[in-house]
Amino acid sequence: MKPVCRLFAVLPVLLLLLSGARADDSLGDLIDALATGKLKDRAGQIEAIAETGDPQAVPALSALRDGALYFRKSDKKVFMTEKAGTGFVLFDPISGTEVETLAKGAVKKIKVNNKLRRQLTAVIGSMTLESPDADTRLAAARTIFKNGDVSALEALDAALESEQDAEVRAAMELARASALLKSDAQTFEKVKAVELVGTKGGRDAVPLLKELASSTDESVAQAAERQIAEIEKAQALWNSAQTVWYGISLGSVLLLAAIGLAVTFGVMGVINMAHGEMVMLGAYTTFVVQEVIRGSFPGLFDYSLLMALPLAFLVAGACGFAMERGIIRFLYGRPLETLLATWGVSLILQQAIRTIFGPTNQEVGNPSWMSGAYELGGLTLTANRLWIVVFALIVFAALFLVLKRTGFGLQMRAVTQNRQMASSMGIRTPWVDALTFALGSGIAGIAGVALSQIANVSPNLGQSYIIDSFMVVVFGGVGNLWGTLVGAMTLGVANKFLEPYAGAVLAKILILVFIILFIQKRPRGLFALKGRAVEA
Amino acid sequence: MITSFVFKALDRRAIWVIAVLVGLAVLVPLLNLALPAGHPLHVPNYAISLMGKYLNYALLALALDLVWGFCGILSLGHGAFFALGGYAMGMYLMRQIGSRGVYGDPVLPDFMVFLNWQELPWFWYGFDTFWFAAIMIVLVPGLLAFVFGWFAFRSRVTGVYLSIITQAMTYALLLAFFRNEMGFGGNNGLTDFKDILGFAIQADTTRAALFSASALALSAAFLICSGIVRSKFGKVLVAVRDAESRSRFFGYRVENVKLFVFVISAMMAGVAGALYVPQVGIINPGEFAPANSIEIVVWTAVGGRGTLVGPIVGAVLVNAGKSVFTAAFPEFWLFALGALFVAVTLFLPKGIVGALSGLRKWRPRRAAPVMADAAGEAAE
Amino acid sequence: MTKAAQGSLLYLDGVSVAFDGFKAINNLSLVLEPGEMRAIIGPNGAGKTTMMDIVTGKTRPDTGDVIFDGEIDLTHHDETDIAALGIGRKFQKPTVFESHTVEDNLELALDRRRGVFATLFYDQTEADREAIDRILETTRLTARRRELAANLSHGQKQWLEIGMLLAQNPKLLLVDEPVAGMTDAETEETARLLREIAQNHSVVVVEHDMGFVRELDVKVTVLAEGSVLAEGSLDHVSADQKVIENYLGR
Repeated sequence: MKPVCRLFAVLPVLLLLLSGARADDSLGDLIDALATGKLKDRAGQIEAIAETGDPQAVPALSALRDGALYFRKSDKKVFMTEKAGTGFVLFDPISGTEVETLAKGAVKKIKVNNKLRRQLTAVIGSMTLESPDADTRLAAARTIFKNGDVSALEALDAALESEQDAEVRAAMELARASALLKSDAQTFEKVKAVELVGTKGGRDAVPLLKELASSTDESVAQAAERQIAEIEKAQALWNSAQTVWYGISLGSVLLLAAIGLAVTFGVMGVINMAHGEMVMLGAYTTFVVQEVIRGSFPGLFDYSLLMALPLAFLVAGACGFAMERGIIRFLYGRPLETLLATWGVSLILQQAIRTIFGPTNQEVGNPSWMSGAYELGGLTLTANRLWIVVFALIVFAALFLVLKRTGFGLQMRAVTQNRQMASSMGIRTPWVDALTFALGSGIAGIAGVALSQIANVSPNLGQSYIIDSFMVVVFGGVGNLWGTLVGAMTLGVANKFLEPYAGAVLAKILILVFIILFIQKRPRGLFALKGRAVEA
Repeated sequence: MITSFVFKALDRRAIWVIAVLVGLAVLVPLLNLALPAGHPLHVPNYAISLMGKYLNYALLALALDLVWGFCGILSLGHGAFFALGGYAMGMYLMRQIGSRGVYGDPVLPDFMVFLNWQELPWFWYGFDTFWFAAIMIVLVPGLLAFVFGWFAFRSRVTGVYLSIITQAMTYALLLAFFRNEMGFGGNNGLTDFKDILGFAIQADTTRAALFSASALALSAAFLICSGIVRSKFGKVLVAVRDAESRSRFFGYRVENVKLFVFVISAMMAGVAGALYVPQVGIINPGEFAPANSIEIVVWTAVGGRGTLVGPIVGAVLVNAGKSVFTAAFPEFWLFALGALFVAVTLFLPKGIVGALSGLRKWRPRRAAPVMADAAGEAAE
Repeated sequence: MTKAAQGSLLYLDGVSVAFDGFKAINNLSLVLEPGEMRAIIGPNGAGKTTMMDIVTGKTRPDTGDVIFDGEIDLTHHDETDIAALGIGRKFQKPTVFESHTVEDNLELALDRRRGVFATLFYDQTEADREAIDRILETTRLTARRRELAANLSHGQKQWLEIGMLLAQNPKLLLVDEPVAGMTDAETEETARLLREIAQNHSVVVVEHDMGFVRELDVKVTVLAEGSVLAEGSLDHVSADQKVIENYLGR
C-alpha cells in the first residue's frame, strides 16, 4: 500500500514538473541534447545553452561541471543526480525538484574533460555575473572571490564593463583581484590585487592571503603578509570594540542598579542597604505582571515589561516612602545607624519575598522584541543587552531632567544643600525627604524590571547588586550623577577588558581592589566637589 | 609601665567579668566531665561546643567594639579577620590529618589530591607545626589590617566610605577563597579534622579544653581592651571618634592611633576564628560573606557599643536567640534579626548595657553623646 | 628658604588658593614677629578662616610660601606635624571632646608625648596634675573639672578650648572668632584671658567684633577678597578709605 500512496503523492508534482519543463521547452530541449552526441560536440551544446542567457540553466551546468549530470537510459532525459546507496536520486535539471530514484544501471553520466570544465565555469560565471538580478550577480561575484576562480577572469572583465550597481561592482573587482592572483599575471598586477583584496576583502580574504603568503613570488608573498597583518589589526580592533560593547552593557546594568542609589546615597546621603531589595521588588513585580498576563491576556505578553515599569516604580517607591517615614527620618545625621537599620529592612524584605514566592528562581520571560541579535560591522549586539543599554540611558536622562529641570528637583537640591534655609523658604522638608527617597527607591524598582531580563529573579537578587552599586556611586563621586554614569561605564568596561586575562572572578576581585585603592587616593570619588563647603 | 597598664585595666567591672569568665573556664568543663550524664548539674556535650562558639563570637564582637565603639571605625569586614584566623587554624588541622585522609597522601590534603596537585603550595609550609600556625593566626589578620588600614587611614577615608570599602574587602576575599586555584579548598573549605595538638578533636576532653581556651582567650582580650580603654590612649581613641580633626590639631597622629587599634582588633578577631574552627569542625569561604560581618555589628549594637561588657552580652544573647529561633521557627529568624536591627538603632542606640547603666546612673542632665558620629562629623 | 622670613615667627608671602576657580586667598602676604599679638578683621568671605586652614595644614596653598619660625616650610607638613611644631588653633565653633570630662580634655591637650605607646603607658605625674589645676584655675573651670565637656555652656566650652590651647603650650596660637555668641561679660573675660596668654605666646585673633578688637589694643590686619587691604592700629585702618568702602559697600 505504501508505495502506491507515495506514487499518488508524487504524481501531481511530476505533472507540474512536466508542464513546467514544457513551458521552458527550448531550455529543457537544449539540456536534454547533452545526452546525445560525442564529447567533441559538447562545447557546442554548452555554447547553445549559454546563449539563452537564462540563469535557470546554471544549476544544470554546475552539475555537468561537477560530474553530477546524468541521463536516463530509458528515454535519454537529462537529470541532476545525487548518490543514494547503490542508486541515484534524480532531480529535474531546471526546477531542481526530486523526480525518482533509479538503480546505477539505469542512468549514465554525461562526461566532460578539463577543457570543458573551464568552459563551463566561464559560462556559469558570465550567466550569473550578467544576470539581471543584482543579488545573483553579487552572490556570483562573492563565490568567485572565495574560490579564486581563474577561469572566471574573462567573465568578470566582461561583467565589469556593464555593471552599474556600486556594491556589485566592488564585489566583482574583489573577485577579479582574487582570480587574478591565481592566474599567471604579472607580479605588479598581483601585488596590486593583493592590496585590493586585503583592504576590501575583510575576514574572508584571510585564507586566500595565507595561501599567497607562501607564494614563491617574493613581493606577492610580502604584500600578502602585510595585508594579513592589516586585517588582523582590524580584526583586533573589532574585537576590542566588541569588548567595549560588553563593557558598556555590563556598565548599563551597574548604572541601572546604582542610579537609584545615586539619589538616596548621592543626593540625600542616606546609606540604604535595602537598595538591592528595591531592585528585587521591581523584578518580582515584573514576574507577577507576567503571571497575570499569561493567565488572562496572553496576547499582551510583549507589552508586559511596559506595564511592569510603572507598577514596579510604584511598588518600590511606596516601599521606600514607608521606610523613610517609618525609620530613616529618625536617623538623619547618623549614617552608620541608618546603614544598620536599612540592612535590617533588607533582611525582612528578603525573607518576606522568600515566604511568599519561595526561595527558588522565578521564570521571567523575554518579550519577542527583546530576543535576537543585530550585526554591526564586526560586532554582534544582542537585543536584550541593547535594550538595557538604551533603557539605562533613558532612565539616567529622565532622572537628570527631574533633578535639574523640575520644581521638585529644585526643592530637593535646596533641601540637601541647606535644610534650615529651605525650610524657612516654605519648603516642606520632611515631605521632600520622603519623596526623594521614594524617587530613588522607585528608580531601583524600574531597574529591577530591566534586570529581571538578564538576572535570576530570586530573593537574593538584590544582594548580588548592592556592593557593586555602592562601588559605582563611591567611585563616581557621591552627589554627582555624571560621576555615577562615568563610574558605571568605566567599571563595566574595565571588568570586561580584564576578564580575558584574569577570568571573571579574578577580574571582579581586581576591580574591587582597584576601587579600594582608588578611594584611598581620592576619598571623594572621581568627580569630587572641592572646597571648604564640602568639609563643613 | 606594664603593671600600671594592667592595674588600670582591672577596674571593678573588669575584675567581675574576668572572674566570671575564668570561673566558667573551670566550672563548665568540670560539670561536663566529672558529673554523670543524668545529674541535674551536668552540662551536656552539645552545650559545651555551643557555648564555646558563643564565647568566640563574643570575642569577635569585643574586637569590633574596640574599633567601632571606641574609635568610630565601623568595620563591615571584621568577618574577614575572623575567617583568616580560622583558615590559619584550619590549615594546621588539615596538616595534622596526615595520611588518614581519604586519599591517604601523607602531605597533601585531600582536596589537593583531588585537584591533581603534585606538591604543597609554599604558603602551606610550616602549618604542620602548631606554634607556626599560632603565629599566623594573629599575624595574617594583623597584616591584612595593617596594610588595609595603612592605606585607608593615611588617606583619611572615614565614616561610611570606610565601612563600604571594608565590606568590599571581605567581599573580594569571599570571591577569592571560592576559587579552587587559591589553594584553600574552594567552596568546600577545610574540614574533616582529626586532632589538635595530638588530642582527638571529637573527644569530650578536647571539647571541654577548647571551651576553657575560648573563655580564657575572651578574658585575656577583655583585660587588654580594658587596659587600652582606661589608658590615656583610650581617651585619645574616644577623642578621635568624637572629633577626629580636632585631635589632629592637638598633634595626635590619628592614622597611627586608628591603625594600632585596628590591627589589635583584627588580631583578636583572628584568635576568635582560630578557636571557633576546631569547635565547629569546618571553615569555608562563607565566613567571608558581607552579611556575616554585618551580623557582628548587630551583636555589638544590641549589647551596647562603647562599653566592653556590651558586645559580650550582645553576642551571647543574639546567638542564643538565633539557636532557639532557628530550631523553633526557622522561617522567621531573618524577620526577627531584621526587626532587631531596626529596633536597636531606633530605640536602644546605646544597646542593652548602655541603657541599663543609663538607668542606674540616671542624673538630671543632658545625655552625653555616647555615639558621636554626628558630633564628630559636624566638628570637622 | 627665603631670607626675608628670618627672624619672623610666621611668614606668608604671595599665598594663593582657589576652590573650583574661586580664589579664596589671592596673593596674601603677612608677617608676624615672635611674641606679637595680631588681630585680623575682614568681611565675610575675606579668606580669614581659609588663611588659618593654610597655616595649620588643613588646606594646601596653590602657590606661595608659608614659613614658620623663620625656617620651617609649613606647606610640607600636615596638621599633626604643624601642631607638634607649636601652632595651636581655636575653631570658630567651640570644639572640645564632648564625651570626656573637662579634666581629661586638658590632659589630652597637655604638652606631652603623643605617640601610640607613649599614651598607652602614660601615667599622670604630679607636674601634669599641677599644670592641669593651674589651667583650670585660669579658665575658671575648677568647679566643673569632673563634668563632661558636653554639659558645659557655650562660653565655658570656649574657655575650655582656650585652656586646652594653653595646655598645648604652642609658640603660636590662632584664634578664630573667640567671642562669637558670647554675652558682654563673657566677652570681657575672654579678652582678659587672651591678653594673659599673649604675655608668653604669639597670638593671631580673627574677629568680627570691633569692640572686642579695640579692647585687645593690638596691630590690626584687614583682609578683603583674599588679600591684605590695610595694616596698622585699629584707628589707622578704620580711617583707611579702602577699608571703609569694603565694609560699607561700594
